[in-house]
Amino acid sequence: MMMPKFVFLCAIAFGTLVAHIGNVWGQQPAKASLEQVEAYVRNTWKSPPAGWESRIKQDETQRVCSQFRNDPPRAEYAAIKAREIATLVFPADGNVLGSWKAGEAVAQTGTGGQFSDKDDTVRGGNCYACHQMAPKELSYGTLGPSLAEYGKIRKFESAEAKAAYAKIFNAQSVLPCSSMPRFGAHKFLTEQQIKDVTAYLFDPASPVNNP
Amino acid sequence: MRLLTVLGSLGFLLFATLSGLEAQQTTDVTEQEIERYRAMISDPMANPAFLNVDRGEALWSTARGSKNVSLQQCDLGEGAGKLEGAYAKLPRYFADADRVMDIEQRLLWCMQSLQDLETTDIVRRRFSGPGVVSDLEDLVAFVANKSSGMKFAVSISSLKEREMLAVGEALFYRRSAVMDFSCATCHGDDGKRIRLQALPNLAKPGKPAQETMGSWPTYRVSQSQMRTMQHRLWDCYRQMRMPAPDYASDGITALTLYLTKQAEGGDIVVPSIKR
Ligand code: HEC
Ligand code: HEC
Repeated sequence: MMMPKFVFLCAIAFGTLVAHIGNVWGQQPAKASLEQVEAYVRNTWKSPPAGWESRIKQDETQRVCSQFRNDPPRAEYAAIKAREIATLVFPADGNVLGSWKAGEAVAQTGTGGQFSDKDDTVRGGNCYACHQMAPKELSYGTLGPSLAEYGKIRKFESAEAKAAYAKIFNAQSVLPCSSMPRFGAHKFLTEQQIKDVTAYLFDPASPVNNP
Repeated sequence: MRLLTVLGSLGFLLFATLSGLEAQQTTDVTEQEIERYRAMISDPMANPAFLNVDRGEALWSTARGSKNVSLQQCDLGEGAGKLEGAYAKLPRYFADADRVMDIEQRLLWCMQSLQDLETTDIVRRRFSGPGVVSDLEDLVAFVANKSSGMKFAVSISSLKEREMLAVGEALFYRRSAVMDFSCATCHGDDGKRIRLQALPNLAKPGKPAQETMGSWPTYRVSQSQMRTMQHRLWDCYRQMRMPAPDYASDGITALTLYLTKQAEGGDIVVPSIKR
């Protein structure tokens, strides 16, 4: 009489365990497929204003970075890097430095390109949203590293200035899936604005290099 | 009388906030002032958003639409007309609509199916502003307040709820538009700020998500209006340089479900008051 009861209890225990595991698995939200997500996106932005359609669609780099949550496997990392390097356009005369004063405005300005802005609202890089820059400016964000004394630390070398220009033009040509916007590749900032903000980092007279 | 004084101080604070945009030191002081002010008016009678709650209560029981009935028979998930705790379990699956809905979607559904009310104008007035009163903001304030003091407890038991949650999570990480931003760019780490603005980490369950979600709808001092999650996400998509998302669309509901899931177990204290 003992045996069947024991077996019976075991069966119940086992059944409960299976049900429990099933339940735990069931609770795990399955990952949504790309098609599912994009169907929601189309449904949420049914009729974007003319010229804004491309903002809703992802480019290949955005898609891969989203899929891997900004930590792409080696092959994807290399593919993104090659693709983004190919977008780089340097000033024709080779001079990457504009006016640091104009660059300060680019770094401070956070508007432009929002649906609440006018078409002719000047676009800014909003660098201060994420970076410390001039040590005297206290209102800066911490999503990116401090850029205080950026040029000075790099001895104002022209190769370093060129590298910074490339970084600002397309952050992902240096670090795939960086959270920094690709300002030049998206044509969000003009060549002149990128030169100006590079000068803000590299001009010895810029407040960035003068604590 | 008391309320007028409070509104006066709010006007002053708004002015201080705007001037603060020019002089950053002022903003610092303004932040502290608002913090102090917020503590001062933990008294519900002094929070202007309770005007929205009162208006919402009146709207709830007003007969409207071609059927000339009130919303009192509207089922927000807990049974027809049951308001207590309903907001704490939204967004959720509704069998009658065969859809997962957030509070705004459900209110619109009830207006259309129960009252047969023409909602075009109501949706046009979705966000209040100078001279614009929003029925939906008022109704959300009223309904949400009936869950104040409770804890978030969304259910992810049906297939459709599971899909909504999974899509919400994917949308949170979806990068797009000319800044390459996703929600996670700004809300994916602990202790980050944009300029001087602290950013809650909403990418994991826990206190920041609980305190964030548990405080919406909220009276925004800087806007002099009460706002709901629809407006908050609309505003974040604005910063992301995306086009304005459609009001009460499934993408917003998916994100709201994901965020509410992260906030599970968190206390709801609404309407609150914020910067
Ligand atoms: C949304 C946040 C964000 C914005 C806006 C932003 N950046 Fe960045 N930036 C980052 C992050 C994160 C990093 C570090 C990761 C990397 O190197 O890509 C970074 C890195 C950099 C670097 C390289 C630093 C180093 O390690 O040498 C430079 C230079 C830079 N940013 C300049 C700028 C400038 C100039 C602007 C504005 C025109 C700007 N950033 C706007 C987030 C941002
Ligand atoms: C470019 C930066 C940025 C992006 C991208 C962004 N947000 Fe925000 N978010 C903010 C800022 C700034 C605030 C305001 C914080 C405050 O006022 O306390 C905020 C506030 C919020 C709040 C309310 C926080 C609170 O404490 O009340 C929620 C919820 C939120 N965001 C969700 C999202 C979601 C979901 C997305 C993506 C659809 C998103 N955000 C994208 C910057 C951003």
